[in-house]
Amino acid sequence: MLLSKEDVLHVANLARLSVEPSELQEIQDTLSRVLEYIDLLNELDTEQVVPTSQVVEQHTVWRSDQVEKSLPIALAIQNGPQVVTGMFVVPKILDGGGQ
Amino acid sequence: MSESYEVVIGLEVHVELKTASKLFCGCTNLFGQEPNTHTCPVCLGMPGALPVLNQQAVALATRAALALSCDVHPFSKFDRKQYFYPDLPKAYQISQYDQPLATEGHVTIRGEFGMRSIGIERIHLEEDAGKLNHIGQRLGDATGSLVDLNRAGVPLIEIVSRPDMHSPEEARLYLTELRTVLSYLDISDLRMEEGSMRCDANISLRPSSYTGSLVDLPRVEIKNVNSFRNVQRGIEHEIVRQKALLEQGIRVVKETRGFDDAAGTTYSQRSKEAANDYRYFPEPDLPPLILDTEWLEAQKREMPDLPEALRHSLTTEGLVSRDVEVLVQDRALYGFWREVVAIFPDVKLVTNWLLSDYSRHMNAQGLSFDTPGVSAEHLAQLLGLIQDGTLSGKMAKEVLEAMFTTKESPEAVVQRLGLSQITDQEAIRVIVAEVITANPGVVADFQGGKDKALAFLVGQVMKATKGQAKPNLVNSLLREAIASHV
Repeated sequence: MLLSKEDVLHVANLARLSVEPSELQEIQDTLSRVLEYIDLLNELDTEQVVPTSQVVEQHTVWRSDQVEKSLPIALAIQNGPQVVTGMFVVPKILDGGGQ
Repeated sequence: MSESYEVVIGLEVHVELKTASKLFCGCTNLFGQEPNTHTCPVCLGMPGALPVLNQQAVALATRAALALSCDVHPFSKFDRKQYFYPDLPKAYQISQYDQPLATEGHVTIRGEFGMRSIGIERIHLEEDAGKLNHIGQRLGDATGSLVDLNRAGVPLIEIVSRPDMHSPEEARLYLTELRTVLSYLDISDLRMEEGSMRCDANISLRPSSYTGSLVDLPRVEIKNVNSFRNVQRGIEHEIVRQKALLEQGIRVVKETRGFDDAAGTTYSQRSKEAANDYRYFPEPDLPPLILDTEWLEAQKREMPDLPEALRHSLTTEGLVSRDVEVLVQDRALYGFWREVVAIFPDVKLVTNWLLSDYSRHMNAQGLSFDTPGVSAEHLAQLLGLIQDGTLSGKMAKEVLEAMFTTKESPEAVVQRLGLSQITDQEAIRVIVAEVITANPGVVADFQGGKDKALAFLVGQVMKATKGQAKPNLVNSLLREAIASHV
């Protein structure tokens, strides 16, 4: 088994997913099988291959520093379930986190 | 056996870049606007919206890297840093992870210890998050938060130091010098109170018996402290707190802590996620950034004189090191000094007046040198009046004070207050003659060899001129007149 139950719970926590104890075994099995499948890639010899972070042959796509029109505020906030004084309302933050 | 501890400090500084538009979209990059009025599908994190890199942000970041003596890498790339937080609409931040824009720079700090070089590990480009306004007094008691995404997508550079600092004072000196260097580049407002410069401090204590690696020491990060002074206070408190724990044999927990300004203490916020919990991976929407030699050379040509060069030239111009530091550390003050010296080249007189009386009035009026209270021309004219003897130093102080209040030219103030030092010899000769006639006894005493009698006569002339005559001129005119007065 590639993943332990703790790994599953940890990943679930990072993804803000709640996992029922009854589901844990199944997720552990299936997620491990996904990783095993990806492990197939390790059979390739990439020793001589330069790592790549992109599949398109483009680089340095940039724009000049020009201001463009922003959305009207009514449009910008229209998807907010709750909006007060032009700002999105979110529930209380417990851990005081951020980046 | 009692253990001693070495303090190990590393600083992460975020600096917002002063571009017209955001890092990956054309929304205005401007502080203090109505909430959510500068957003678009890109910075709101709408599905399908594509980021396009702002060239000017790369230029400003490159200049910062060059000013801090970093290696700017011809190849760098962008990565996604994933975490959930309400100020981050995409649930990831576009940043640079394993191939940042620049690495290996340094900042030189000066103190009683002499000079020390503090290493810079890396400088990378990334986007800022939005701003959360908490409902309620403190984060802890907040019932909810209001999200303003005007700041989301504003270009930032993160400057990561090496853990090269060993005291709160060194950390303060590093921040001060870093800000000074960046201020000359004019790439950011660098206002901690507005969040355009932010600092996180990493602190650990290394027991003298510890032989392991530095990265394995439990490290505490103090987040988002709002002033240099509070960075220093936060570190001071953290040293005391960690030392107390270690001495009781309690492990220091690796965590993020906030700083309570009123109490001067730090408080636990959350346990720190390890880097791999951010699940960085290459940003598929942005191709790599390749900077060619020609472009890099163009950035080098945009570089202004930096503090190190200015220190050297000011010292060569004859300034003492204390004055050099005061001038260099405030770019606006230094610019003003240059303006005054360009009109009135007596470097010492300009420096003395600027750093004493002039600065005192500026402080009293709460002004910064971006908006000088008295213009460079007027200050130069005032110094001219001192140099040509029209004003004594004492009178000039009075004139300067009036200039700060009324914004008049020095000549206008001198005329209005009737302050000019009388240098007109004929005018003084008339008064000298009157004083001699009125005091025959004293004159006789002087002629009889009592030198002190002359001082009385000088005093009488000064009194008659309301102190506006030059005392040494009065002195010589009196001697002359008495000699011919038989």
